[in-house]
This record gives sequence, C-alpha cells and structure tokens, in this order.
Amino acid sequence: MARDPMTPSTSSAADAVSPAPSPAARPPGALARFLDGDVWHSFRTSPMAIGAAVIALFCVVCALFAPWLAPHNPLDLASLDLMDARLPPAWDAEGKAKYLLGTDDQGRDILSALMYGTRISLFVGLASVALSLVLGVGLGLLAGFVGGRIDGFIMRVCDVMLSFPSILIALLIDGVGRALVPQGHEALAFVVLIISISLTGWVQYARTVRGSTLVERQKEYVQAARVIGVSSARIMRRHVLPNVLGPVLVLATIQIALAIITEATLSFLGVGVPPTSPSLGTLIRIGQDFLFSGEWWITIFPGVVLVMIALSVNLLGDWLRDALNPRLR
Amino acid sequence: MIAFVLRRLLQALVVIAAVAFIAFMLFQFVGDPVTNLLGQDATPEQRQQLRADLGLDQPFVVQFARFAGNALQGEFGISLRQGRKVSTLLAERFPATLELALLAAVMAMLMGIPLGVYAALRRGTFMSQAVMTGSLLGVSLPNFLIGILLILVFAVLLKWLPSFGRGDVVALGPITSALLTVDGLRHLILPAFTLSLFPMALVLRLVRSEMLEVLRTDYIKFARARGLPDRLVYFRHALKNTLVPVITVTGLQLGNIIAFAIVTETVFQWPGMGLLFIQAVQFADIPVMAAYLCLIALVFVSINLVVDLLYFAVDPRLRIERSAGGH
Repeated sequence: MARDPMTPSTSSAADAVSPAPSPAARPPGALARFLDGDVWHSFRTSPMAIGAAVIALFCVVCALFAPWLAPHNPLDLASLDLMDARLPPAWDAEGKAKYLLGTDDQGRDILSALMYGTRISLFVGLASVALSLVLGVGLGLLAGFVGGRIDGFIMRVCDVMLSFPSILIALLIDGVGRALVPQGHEALAFVVLIISISLTGWVQYARTVRGSTLVERQKEYVQAARVIGVSSARIMRRHVLPNVLGPVLVLATIQIALAIITEATLSFLGVGVPPTSPSLGTLIRIGQDFLFSGEWWITIFPGVVLVMIALSVNLLGDWLRDALNPRLR
Repeated sequence: MIAFVLRRLLQALVVIAAVAFIAFMLFQFVGDPVTNLLGQDATPEQRQQLRADLGLDQPFVVQFARFAGNALQGEFGISLRQGRKVSTLLAERFPATLELALLAAVMAMLMGIPLGVYAALRRGTFMSQAVMTGSLLGVSLPNFLIGILLILVFAVLLKWLPSFGRGDVVALGPITSALLTVDGLRHLILPAFTLSLFPMALVLRLVRSEMLEVLRTDYIKFARARGLPDRLVYFRHALKNTLVPVITVTGLQLGNIIAFAIVTETVFQWPGMGLLFIQAVQFADIPVMAAYLCLIALVFVSINLVVDLLYFAVDPRLRIERSAGGH
C-alpha cells in the first residue's frame, strides 16, 4: 500500500486510454499516490491509529513467528507433563516461572497455545476475507457494469442473505459442509470453515462495489475507453476496478475483525477448526469448563487476546474510513 | 396501499419458498435417508423397497411438493441423532427460546432508550461519553465472551446467580415457562442480559442520534419559546417522534436476537432451539437443521413483514412517497 511518492508510476499512466481531457478523469496512479500521502499524514497524527497498529502488529508478529517465539510447543503432545496441569500464572504463588500465563488441563503452556491459536485465528480470518473480497468485488463489478438480469439476480441474492444474521448463514453452510465432508479430514475442515465465513461476507463488498461501479460507469473515461474499442472485461478490470477500491479497503479492514470473531464463535460452538489445531475460540471453549473450579486463566487470556485483535483492527478500520473520506477532513 | 402490501406478501412468500427449497435440497443431497434408516449392510432389495415406501423413486417435483406439504403441517421427519420426531423436539424447545428472546428485547428497550435520551441531552459530559464508549464495547465484544465474563463474575466469584440450565419451570398447558418461578427468573437473568447487550447498544445509539436530530427542529424550538418545561419538551414532544424508528429497529432485531440465542444458549446451556440446532450442526442431523431453518425463516419473514406494514401505517410521509413514485 505504501507507495514511494517520488517514483511516478508511469505504467498506470501510460495505460490510461485517454490523455485525461478533464480533471474528473485523472489517471488512477496519481489519485492513489495523492491518497497515500494524505493517509500517511493522517496516520502519523492520530495516536489512536498508531496505538491500534502497534497492538495489531504485535499480535501478527507473535502469531507469525510462533514456532520461534513461543517458549513451548503446544502441539507436541510428548512434551506435555500432566504434573504441570492447571498451573496458575507465574505471578501467582502456586505458579511456575516456566509457564508465564499458566497451563491448561493437559499441562499445555497457555502463552504458547495463545501464540499458535492466534496464528490459526488470523489465518482463517484473513483467508476468508480474501476469498469473500474476490467473490464480492467480482460479482459487484459484474452487477454494476453489466446490469439487467444479472444485476437483478445478484442483488436479490444479496437481499435475502442480508435479511438473515451472518452467524446463522455461516453456521448453516458449515453444517452442510460438515455433512458432505467425511469426518476426520482436518484440511477439509479448514476449507469448509473458510468457505462458510467468506460466503457470508461477500454481500457487503458486492453492494459497495456495485454502487460505485454504477457511478463510475457514467463517467467520461469509461465512455472514452468504449469509443476506442476497449473490451468490457478490460474496462472493468483496468479502469473501473481501481476507482472503486477505496471503500472496499475500509470494508475489508472491518471485515477482518468480523471474520476473526465469527471464526472464534464457530470454534467456540464446536463447529469451527478441528480440535487438534486449536484457535482462540477453541481455547475459550476448552477453558469454559474450568471456570467453575476457579481456573479462570485458561479461558480469560484467549478472550483478552481475541478482544485485543478485534478492537485494534476495528479502530484501524474506523481511522481508515475517516482518512479516506475527503468530506470529513 | 394494497399494491404495496401485496408486493411485500409476495416477496415474503418467495423467500419462504427459496428457504424451503434449500431445506429440501439438504434432504436430497446431504446424507442418504435409506442408509440412515437401514444401516450399511441392508440388501439391495430392502433398499429398493424402502425407497418405494418413502416415495424416493418418484419425480423430483412430486417429492418437493410432498416435502412442502409436510413442512406446512410442521412435519420434518425424525431426528437422526435422537430418534424422535423433529416437530416434537422443536415444540419442546421453542418456549425456552421465545421467553429468552422476548425478555432480552424488553431489557434492550428498557435500558437502551433512557440511556440514549440521557446521552443526547447531556451531550459532551463525561457520563454520556462513558455511555457511548460502553455501547461501542457492547457492539464489538463477541457475545459468548460477554456471557463467560458474566458467569465468572456473578456465578463463580460472587455466587449470586446460577450459570446454566433453566431452573424450575411451570407448565402452562403444552408450553413451559421459567418466568413464573423465582428459580426460573434467577436462571433467566444472565442469559437474557447477555443477549440484550447488542440490541441495547444499537437502540441506545439510534435513540441518541434521533434525539439530536429532533432537538434541532423548529417545533422543538417553538415549544421552548412557548415556555414549556424541559421535561415536557424532551419527553412528550421530542422522544415521541424518535420512537418510530426505534420500534422498527427493535422489531427487526428480534430476529437477530433469536439467531444469536444460539450462542447464548450454548454458553449458558439454556435448553432452547439454538442449543438443539448447534447440536444438529455438530452431528450433521439434517432433519433438525432443515426444520430449524424453515422455522427461523418463517419468524424472520413475518417480523420483517409486520415491521414494514407497521412502519407504513405509522409514518404518513412514506405513503405519499410510495404513491407518487410508484409505477
């Protein structure tokens, strides 16, 4: 995203079919660079955005380098010692310094489990957002640009999906997927989960992109491209798409938080990731059983991490929306 | 007016039909009922016989018509996991979810509206800022986490309230209710509060923004100029005009509340439809899933329809716009 403002992106300027006859038809490269400069400035002057970015980055780094950073390997069953089960955090009198945030019922180090769990949560969240982004932007472009029956059909599907809560649709698709896929296929369980989350998320992108496409379609640069005989597919891809991506970017940021929470909810309900690779939601689910015997750390720490990620990503999304909206400046 | 009602009714029917079709496809393509009923080692003759008995050898359209006819009578077959009729299972569970959802909706309005009015009238003060920040947390915190925190505080640490189950229930004819016993009410508080937080935050924010809108209008200024006391201006003139969208949103949220009851019921082991559904998803129990899907669709579509019609009846501006722009 951060593009060096000193090097003009000649490729996109040369690609513009018309030599920009009016100010309304700027080449996309210039617009993007203009936004980049401003966005960067607004980021530097917003303590909230910097704070959120630091927290989010911290979580991402911990997750990404979990195998090297984590003090123990929670997935290696041989290293678990049942004698160390249910130890409180290290600052508690009964805790051991070896396990900073305590251990769960199998003697697994909570801190390490958190790092690996965040890794899985982030992976599922990002993958499903990416999938729904591609699907939603594609269908939205198609609906807005082609119009007619295709538009009507896609929008009716959106309407029906929007009238049901997303968690219900995700649960349903997940349930169907689980019925179709034979039990015990771990990789397939991930695929089913990612597909069910992304199939609920694409509607937002499709509606946003369709709206902007309807506006862009009327503009002179699209007509100019048509006149010189550029194909519809190429106009959509090279000329309309870059101009409708701004709001999509904001939406995607917020949807990442939503996807991570949906994944956690599904895993908490026991229909998410397979139990052998626990995500944050699975960890919370496991910990809930021990709440009553006073072992709060097994469930509270994953909860805190989940809230931290969701809140920081949401704050970043809010900031990005304000930063990209020229009317609010 | 009549054209509008008819169009809405038609749309509702289309949605219901689409959902029923999806439910039917679930039966058709997910899992084989013959294998489920006879087991793996049945002879081909037995299978053929059962297929004919169940009508599975008939054309697709005939089967769908039969499915729809049964669904209209509330019959969805037998649960694969529990071996009991799905309609009985759902009928047992429905009252529990209904009372949970209704109480949550009432709580959301009773807390959300006063807090929203407060945040609008005392705009900029520390307390109203705190209320707004709290409402943001209510929207962004995952529902199940709030439930777990409430259990930790009120059930485990303070030991004030029970944390799971429905407690003592009173049978009122075919339905049971936990609202009439002290024990049942104690069991209801935590799950209902958990469930009410999200719609409460929505109502709060909506009331606040609507109040701020209304307070700027001329008739409020005029009411003030007439020298009416603040209390009368705020509550009789301003609040009344904010309530139409609030009722609409709460009505629409009722569907969301019923759906989110799946999560809350799991956290609190509340024996409602949501818990039944999540167990059905875990075990791929298609008849229960299909029945729940159809029931929820029916609830959603009727709520949407009623709210639409109410809105239309209450707000005369909508009628004028519709008839002017209608074609």
